[in-house]
Amino acid sequence: MDSVDTVHRLAIVGAGVMGTNIAALALGHGVPVVLVDVSESVLASARQTVAQKLRHAQMMGTLPGCPHGELTTSVSVHDVAGATSVIEAVTEVAETKAKVLAAVSAVVRPGTVLISNTSCIPIDEMAAWTVRGEELVGVHFMNPSYLIKMVEVIRGPRTSERTMEKVTGLLTALGRESLVIRDSPGFVINRLLHPMINSAAMLVQEGVASAEVVDGLLEGCLGHATGPLRTADLIGLDNLVDSLNVLYERRGDESCRPCELLLTRVREGNLGRKTGRGFFDYRQIAS
Amino acid sequence: MTADQIWAPASAEEIESALLRFLTGKTKVAVTADQDIFRSGLVSSMFAMQLVVHLEDSYGIAIIGPDLTLDNFRTVKAMAGLVLRLLDESDTSADA
Repeated sequence: MDSVDTVHRLAIVGAGVMGTNIAALALGHGVPVVLVDVSESVLASARQTVAQKLRHAQMMGTLPGCPHGELTTSVSVHDVAGATSVIEAVTEVAETKAKVLAAVSAVVRPGTVLISNTSCIPIDEMAAWTVRGEELVGVHFMNPSYLIKMVEVIRGPRTSERTMEKVTGLLTALGRESLVIRDSPGFVINRLLHPMINSAAMLVQEGVASAEVVDGLLEGCLGHATGPLRTADLIGLDNLVDSLNVLYERRGDESCRPCELLLTRVREGNLGRKTGRGFFDYRQIAS
Repeated sequence: MTADQIWAPASAEEIESALLRFLTGKTKVAVTADQDIFRSGLVSSMFAMQLVVHLEDSYGIAIIGPDLTLDNFRTVKAMAGLVLRLLDESDTSADA
């Protein structure tokens, strides 16, 4: 019987906010990473972002102190072939994820763990896009991934016990703690969080309260570390709208239909922290 | 302007004043030199790297290794002390 891999080689597809987060986490724990994206300029920027995130992680004392892993960047999905695990971290659009997972699963050898960092799409739905559905598992990393230890692990109906052992091994190597759930749109965190954020945005849209007051009440009265609208800015309002659409399409829950204020912010390009402005302005105010 | 004038030696008071202006500008709150800006909830950990980059760019220093720790950035006094020490070490190695 083969043993669970103890030497990890990670490939990450998608060099956006979460791809660079997870890359920094892995590199900081000594795991080499191949980071794949369609754009060379995105990858060049991602290298700098990963370096900054590693510095941030060091500053916050969340790295184990081992030598960092090596980062390789590539525009070719074929370069994921040697990985022991591949994480898909592209935009929350089913068609895009389908293309990536189909391409990756055709390249990697059997036994490679495929991980989706999807916010909301059920793992069983995604397993149909892969060559070996039993090797797909969901891992919902938080942001910043290198500061928040807990991750949500979603076991699809087809996910094998072997895949679960391997992903647990990887997450342990990355210093993460995990809680495992069964498959369902939005999983636990986003099924609870996204409708709440949507409702918070509606309160601002309806003039009930400003964004500062909505967040201030949740923080001051309920002890939330970060209010829903600042959380939305951290997620990225475009990502949030994509995730809400996924939830709405699959659950038909009206609280998941993105409100007009969110849609307007996205149309205007005010996507939150990554563009400097969302519900709050990050260019002038410390955040 | 010569290279020596760009990074002219600064006193602790000058560095603290500049930092207090920077932080007050960013937080819109009056900050004191001894105040733990993280523990008091004034800024979040996401702001920590902005401080690192601000100090590096403002004083031409590199904050690396054991110096890159949150404790060096908790108060304006601590940050000023770090900047002065790194400037002094830089002068010493330049003279050697």
